[in-house]
Parts: sequence; C-alpha cells; structure tokens
Amino acid sequence: MISLAENWLPVLVIATSLVTALCIFPLREEQVRLRSTLNMIGATLKVVFVIIITIGFLDGRVYQSRLQFLPGLDIVLSVNPISLAFLGLSAVLWFVTTIYAIGYLEHADHRSRFFGFFSLCVTATMGIALAGNLFTFFIFYEMLTLVTYPLVVHRGTLKAIKAGRVYLFYTIGGGALMLIGIVWLQSIAGPVEFSTGGVLDHVAHRRSELIGIFVLLVTGLSVKAAIVPLHGWLPRAMVAPAPVSALLHAVAVVKAGAYGILRFVYDLFGIPLAASLNVLTPLAIMASVTIIYGSIRALMQTDLKRRLAFSTVSQVSYIVLGAAIVGPLATTGAIAHLMHQGLMKITLFFCAGNFAETLEVHSVDQMNGIGRRMPVTMGLFTIAAFGMIGAPPVAGFASKWYLGAGGMAADQAWVIAVLIGSTLLNSAYFLPVLYTAWFKKPAVPWPAPGKRFETSPLLLLPCAATGIAALLAGVFAGSRWSPLGLATQIAAELYDLWI
Amino acid sequence: MRDPSPWVILIPLTSAGFALLLGHRSIARFGVVAAAFTTIASAFLVVDVWRHGTRRYPVGGWDAPLGIELVVDGLAALMIAMTAVVGLLISIYSFRYFSDPPDLTRLRESADVRPSIGEPWGQSRAFWPLWLFLWASINIVFLSGDMFNIYVGLEIMGVSAVALVTLSRGAVATLSATKYLIAAVIGSMLYLMGVAILYASFSTLDLQELSVRIEPGNPATVALVLMSAGLLLKTALFPLHFWLPAAHSAAPAPVSAILSALVIKASFYLFLRLWMDVFMQTTTRSGAVFVGLLATAAIIWGSLQAIRQIRLKPLIAYSTVAQVGYLFLLIPLAVPIATDSWNVSATEGGVYHAISHALAKAAMFLAAGAVMQALGGTDEIGEMAGLAARLPISAFAIGLAGVSLMGLPPSGGYVAKWLMMNAAFDTAQPWWAIIIVVGGGLTAIYMFKFIGLAFRKPVEGSSFLPSSAWLEGPAFILAVLSILVGLRATPIVELLSK
Amino acid sequence: MTQFEIYSVASVSLFGLGLFGLIALPNILRKILSFNVLGVGIFLFLVATAQRDDPTQPDPVPQAMVLTGIVVAVSVTAFALALLQRLHGETGMTMLDDEKAESDQ
Repeated sequence: MISLAENWLPVLVIATSLVTALCIFPLREEQVRLRSTLNMIGATLKVVFVIIITIGFLDGRVYQSRLQFLPGLDIVLSVNPISLAFLGLSAVLWFVTTIYAIGYLEHADHRSRFFGFFSLCVTATMGIALAGNLFTFFIFYEMLTLVTYPLVVHRGTLKAIKAGRVYLFYTIGGGALMLIGIVWLQSIAGPVEFSTGGVLDHVAHRRSELIGIFVLLVTGLSVKAAIVPLHGWLPRAMVAPAPVSALLHAVAVVKAGAYGILRFVYDLFGIPLAASLNVLTPLAIMASVTIIYGSIRALMQTDLKRRLAFSTVSQVSYIVLGAAIVGPLATTGAIAHLMHQGLMKITLFFCAGNFAETLEVHSVDQMNGIGRRMPVTMGLFTIAAFGMIGAPPVAGFASKWYLGAGGMAADQAWVIAVLIGSTLLNSAYFLPVLYTAWFKKPAVPWPAPGKRFETSPLLLLPCAATGIAALLAGVFAGSRWSPLGLATQIAAELYDLWI
Repeated sequence: MRDPSPWVILIPLTSAGFALLLGHRSIARFGVVAAAFTTIASAFLVVDVWRHGTRRYPVGGWDAPLGIELVVDGLAALMIAMTAVVGLLISIYSFRYFSDPPDLTRLRESADVRPSIGEPWGQSRAFWPLWLFLWASINIVFLSGDMFNIYVGLEIMGVSAVALVTLSRGAVATLSATKYLIAAVIGSMLYLMGVAILYASFSTLDLQELSVRIEPGNPATVALVLMSAGLLLKTALFPLHFWLPAAHSAAPAPVSAILSALVIKASFYLFLRLWMDVFMQTTTRSGAVFVGLLATAAIIWGSLQAIRQIRLKPLIAYSTVAQVGYLFLLIPLAVPIATDSWNVSATEGGVYHAISHALAKAAMFLAAGAVMQALGGTDEIGEMAGLAARLPISAFAIGLAGVSLMGLPPSGGYVAKWLMMNAAFDTAQPWWAIIIVVGGGLTAIYMFKFIGLAFRKPVEGSSFLPSSAWLEGPAFILAVLSILVGLRATPIVELLSK
Repeated sequence: MTQFEIYSVASVSLFGLGLFGLIALPNILRKILSFNVLGVGIFLFLVATAQRDDPTQPDPVPQAMVLTGIVVAVSVTAFALALLQRLHGETGMTMLDDEKAESDQ
C-alpha cells in the first residue's frame, strides 16, 4: 500500500523549484529581498524533502508518482538508489549555489530572469534524477537544454549569444538522436520503465536493433556529458556567469549526461545485456580518449575558467568509464565519482568566481601570490585541486582508486594506464596554478580587502561548505554514509541481482 | 441549449450581420461579447460530444437525404474548441489593436522609423464583421455533413479572409490579397467540381451517405484528385504555398494569426475528412507517399526560407509553410499499408499538431504585432535586439511558442511529434521519423536566430514603446496554452476517439 | 452521344478553359472572367446531371446547387473587381507581375 506522501513526495521535490521559478519571474528587479527569500525557501524545502525521501527509502518505502500522459504511456517519477545519489547531490549543491548566486549577482541586470531560469534548471535536473522511464527522462532532459540556454546567454554579449548557439546546436542535435532511439525502442519493446538490473531482456534477441538504439541513446547523452568529439559546446559556455558554470559543470548539464549513461546501462539495458551487445568496450575507449584529451587541452589554457572547463570534460568521463567497465568496483567508482566530482568541481568554480568577482582575476597568469590576499579561497581551491588530481585524502582519490581496481578486476589493465596518464596531466595543469598562487610574488600588490574579510561571506561560505565536504568525503570514505559508502552499497545491490 | 451545434454558427453569423450596423465606438465591445458567446456555445458543444459522443443535428428539422445535417464528432469538436480558444484570445487582442493607434510622437525622432507596413489602426468597423463571418464559416466547414454546404463555407471563408488581409494599407497588402484571392478561388472551384462529379456519380451530398455509396473507379479518383488539389492549394502545401507568405505577413497581426492558426486548419480538416472517411477506398499508397513527399519538401523549403528572412512576420509565415508540411505527414503515416484501418497514432499526432500549431502560431503573430507596435511599425528582426529585456512578456510568448513549434518537450508540438514518430516506427516507415526530427532541428535554427537576438543587449538609442497588457496578455496566454496541452495528452486523444 | 454526354464534354471544356485562364493569364480582369467561365462549366455540368435521368422531372438538388453557386460566384466576382480597382488605384497595376511582387517582399 503506497500512502499519499509516497505518491506525492517526488512531485513535491520537483515542484519546490518549479513554483519558485514561477514566483520569481514576475518580480521586479529591485525586489531583492523577496526574491532571495523565495529562493532560499525553495532550496531549503527541497533539501528537506530529499532528506525525508532518503530516510524513507532506507526504511524500505517505495516512492513513486505517476500520471497518465497518453493511454498506455505514463509520466513516472520514482526513487531508486542511483537516482537518490544524484538527487541528494543536486539538492545540496543547489542550496549552496543559490546562496552563492545571490552574492555573486548582487549588482547584475535581469536577476529575476536569471533566478527564474536558474530554478527551472534545477527543476529539470530533479526531473532527470527522478525519471522512472525513458519518456519522462527525455522530457526533463530536453527541458534542461531549453532552460539553461537563457543562462548561458545571460550576459547578452555577442560572444554569449554565439556560445548559446553552439550549445543549442550540440544539445538539440543530441536530443534528436536520442528521441529517435527512444521511439525506436518503444516500437520494439513497448513502454518500459527503469528498473535495477535492466528491463530489456524480453527483446534481447533483437541484437542489431538494440545496438543501434544504444548508440543513438548514448550519443545523445554524450553531448551533454561532453564526451569527445561532442564536447565543443562546453568550453564556449564558459561565458555564462560563474554560478551557472558551477551548476552546469557540477550538477546539471554534464552530470545529467553522465547520470543518464549510468541509468541506461544499469537500469534500462542492464549490465549483462549491455555487455553481451559488445557496446561497453567502445564506450570505455571513448571515455578514456576524452579523459586524456580533456586533460591535454586543459593544460593548454591560460584562462582559469576555460582550464576548469576542459578539466570537467576529462573528469566527467571517469564516471562514464566506470559505467563502461563491468564489475562492482568500477561501478562503485563511477557512482562515487558522480558525487565527488560534483563537490570538487563546484568548489573550483566558486573559487574562480571569487577571484573574478573580488579581484578581477580571470587568467592563471594574473594569479601571482593570490594565496596571500585570499588565503581561504585559495586554500579551498587547493583542496579541490588535489582532489581532482586524485591525491589522498581528498574525495577524488577514492573514486580513482576504485576505477583502477575495477579495471584490474575486469582484466582491463589499460585502464590503469589511462588513470596514471590523466593523473600526471591533472598535476601538470593544477600544480602550476597552486605554485603561482602561493609562492610567486604579485607584480603589483593586491588591493587591501577593505572592511570585509577576503570577500563577501555569501561567496565564501558556500565555497567553504563544498570544499570541506569534498575533503570530508575523502577522509571518511570508509564510512557507510560517505558517497563512497553509498556507492558501494548501490553497486553491491546491482551485482547481487546479477549473480 | 438543447443542441449547441447550430449556435456555434448562428451566433457569429448573426453578430457579423448586426455588427455592420454599429458605429466605431461600440463595435469592438460588441465584437468581443459576440466572440465570448461563440466560445461559450463551443464549450457546450465540446461537453456535449464528450458526454454523448458523435451528434447529428438536422438543420430546420429535415433529415439527412433531403435536409442538411450538422455532424459533430470528436475531431470536429476538437477543431471547434481550438477555434474558440484561439478566436476568443485574438478577439480580445483585436479589441485593443484595431481601436487605438499607438502614440507615435513618443518614438525617437530619427528617420529610421518607417511604418513599413500600413498598420490598420482604427479599422475596427471593417475588422469585426469580417472576422465574425470568417469564424462562422470556419465552423460551417467543421460541422457541416454536406459537401455542398462545405463549399459555401469554404467560399465565405476565402472571401472574408482575403478581405481581412486588405485591412493593411498599402500596395503590398493589396497585391498579396489579390494573389490570395486567386489561389482561394481556384481551390474552391476545384473542390466544387469534385462535388459535382461525386453527385453525378453517387447521387448524394451527405458525407456519411457518400462514404457508404462510393465505389472506387474513375469518377471517384477524378473527384479525389480535384478536391485534394483544391484543398492542398487552400492549405498551402508546397509547392502550392506561393500565396501564403505574402498574404500572411502583409495582413495585420491579428489577421495573420487568424489565417495561420485557423483558416488553413479548416481546409486541412476537410482534406483529412475526405481521405479518412469518404475516399477511404479510393486513396492509394502511392498517393499518400506523394503527399508525404510534398510535405517533406514543405518542411525543408519552408524552414530554409524562414532562416533567410530578415523580417519577423515573413519568418513566421514561412514557418507556417513548413508546419503545414508536418500536418500532411500524417497522410503517409496513417493511410493503411496492409490493414484496413487508419493508423490511430498518426491521426492523433496530426490533429495534435494542428491544435498546438494553432495555439503557438497565433501566439507568435500576436506577440509580433505587439512588438511591431512597440517599435512603431517595423518588424525588422535587426531592430529587436534587447527584446527580452524591454518586452519580456512578448519575448517569452515567442520563445514558448517556438518551443512548441520545434517540438521540444514539454509542449503540444512534442506530443504531436511523439505520436507521429511512433506511427512511423509502428508502420515500419522510420524514414518519416527522421524527416520529423530534421524538421525540428531546422525550426530550432530559425527560432533561435530570433531568440538569440532577443537576448542581446539593446542597441544604443533603440527605443521600444511600452506595450499594452491587452496586446501582450493574449499572446502570452496562447503561448502558455501551447505548452500546457503538452503536459497531458489523454483528454484530447480521448475526445478525438468519441 | 447522349445529351448528357454532350453537355458533360462542353462543361469540362469550359472548366478546363477557365482553369487555364485563371492560372496562366497575367491580366487580373481576365482572371476574373476566367473564374466565371470556370463557374459556368461547373454549373452546366450540374444542370446536365439534374436532367440526366428524366428531363421532364429534373432532380432539384443540383439546380439548388447551381442557384447558390451563382450567388456565390457573383459575390466573389464583385469582391474581386473591387480589389482590382483598389490595386489599380494604389499601384496602377492591372497585371500580376510576379517578379516585381516577389522582390517587394
């Protein structure tokens, strides 16, 4: 018996940000306080609802909302372990990003429009996390494309508009391929719903068609996950304001792609079927190429945000790599990295935003001695950068370790080579930044901080929260409640079913 | 109201006649009230069909073989409802649009402001009777169960539509209207010849009776070809679209909305009716595929032309050319291949597309009209940088309507696309699905060309006048509706099956 | 050839002639005249149909159609003439010069 709350909670999780968006759009520009209050109420409620769902889910409750869309086809929102991981991550990071964005955009134009679309963006992400079938997934996936566009072009400069055009070119193209795949799948398998272990066994004999569908679906997702050669939009989208970049890279867009790949491999095709179709190895190779390529390109950038952008290209593919290697260790690594990368990357973008907002620093060359002027921000940056490199005890180490072990366990030792290569490259593009920031002397002394400590607390606190979280996730990785611990449990469940 | 079907025709028809007597001041108010009553009658009609299924109403108490019947099934009810919703909002918009000329003195002094299109400010006396006549004739086409009666409806529709185009001042409008009239007349004459042949061969004008009596053979085929050609011309399917872009972009904004959203749907509806019911046995696969190829060409050609446009209204008009292609894609998807019945999913998709296109396109033209007034009469896209900041409601309306036209979820256009693509795969013709997707991409190109510009920073010195909520509001509501019909398709699909 | 066939052939010829004129003639007044020729073709066909089976007791339905059709044709002609007059007044045109019209758009 499913109670009312269990029917409605998934809807409420989505509604919190949707309603927030609808309330914010009509606000006048100067209604700052009301807008901020609404934002914070929405973000807080969402976190509360997600916590309730998490507790309930661990108690064994089933959360599912269902609305008939067409006869025989429902819009389904449901909670399962992987979706819970993504849901929790998004809710928490939205909360901190909202605080950050309020501080960051204190004097910007068109804030109602910005925060409206910002909330819609989270609405779409929540929908993606909770989608219980392909049809629902696609609706929110495309909605995400549309509502992030105004954020990308928010500044209204020619460069921003061009970036927006490129962004749409990639994402709408990817969406179109995905739609063909979805309709094709529906025509051979009927309306199927995600379920742990895969749901396509009844059509497993139609191999060639399934391979075609897998390719279409994963290509569509690869655009958002920025897998080479479909990553071109991402560095350009850096023209967006910093909170948008943070959200796009850590939570919403690229993560939606990576999460989709996890979901399709584990809950739609299922690992055994996907493995038997021989589609996972090519995917692993694509991911590996992306990991190396992204790192090399990052090395070549002097603009800090662009360097981080290419770093995202590389890091997100760890998740895809984990999904493409069969075995509980790699799966653990993938799901853990989904959360770890979110925490670390959002910290890095917050820090980059702080540098830009406080000192107008955009490029690595300008960062000489910035660690002395903004020690806290730079300290957090350092933590996150070490995490990205994979240095213990920050979170990134744990996920890389599991990915490597997973590769070994699956007799794919080349994964180790990819990981080592990427770690070297990561070091090569992060360590010089750290060196410059801490040890080089500024050409001109930095302007004094004034009354405030370093920078506005609205910018510093969110950054500190995520940075410390990334550190704690690594230090306490062995705990049952850490991202890694959760990932281990999810992976165990996935493979239990199989064995 | 025991049976609401005649009222949806009688109310606009008599109001149109009465409106001719009214003066400039009262006519707009009267027109909106008449539109509201027509909408109420339409709502009764839809509820009636929802409860009781298909209804037949013998006009004047005479039954089918002798008298004229009005027939309302789910499809007709949906079309009536679509016309009512769109018509009412256009009426509210027109109340303001045709009565008050904007305050041109407040525009910047520079000579750049040229009223490139003679906007018909203050022409409500001409607008309202024509619009109400047009509404009545559209409803006649939807409801009539009699082939000849439909012809009369088509002819009134054509003439009043052309007359509405001439409300725009200037040579361009008159010339466009003339071409439009010629196309409309050829279309209805081809249709009438088809009717004459059918009557000569099967001795009935009643649609239902005819679909029973008709036998495949030369007369039926000739009639099918003539009538189809006539209706394709009236619906402006490529390459018979030549008259549409000029007429739809030269007309005043609310008239453009009426033409693009409703008028072409009436002839499309008739085409569908003929292929689905009357000529079920006469149509062939090759004929259907031929229509499908024309539809494909329409999608591609219309979109490419839309991409090239530098003015907003021609862009929207060419978008209609492309979207008409989508409507006719339902024919190759629905005409049975091996079985005996139409593909339901394709029909649902086509009808859904008709509805969401009506909402979205009306929203777009109305918003364009509001923007043009705010710019003092120009619709050059280059002047519209910064629209999202200056007229956010209109910009939003165009954006949301664009989402529906692109067929991206959640929107009515997406539902249509989903249903049609499903039909393509179900009937083992996946290539149509690819065309649908490619068309969506092309639509995205021309829509975002505009939307991107709207997000630009306003050009130094450009001046938008503030717009009125009476203009922006209806456009925005229509755009929101085009999204909302995509949230849950079940009610519409169920009504269609009544 | 029966009477009906003779009338049919004549009416189809008129129909074809009118259609050709409506499509191909550039002069708008001639187009309007062609429309009327075309209409007469259809009406002739309908009247012939009415008399086909029993000339002494013609079928009233086609005759009613013709009457209505004539009314419609007259109205459309009047409207078209008014439109032509306006076009002539505004531009001096009497022909549909497609090249020019399209370059205006």
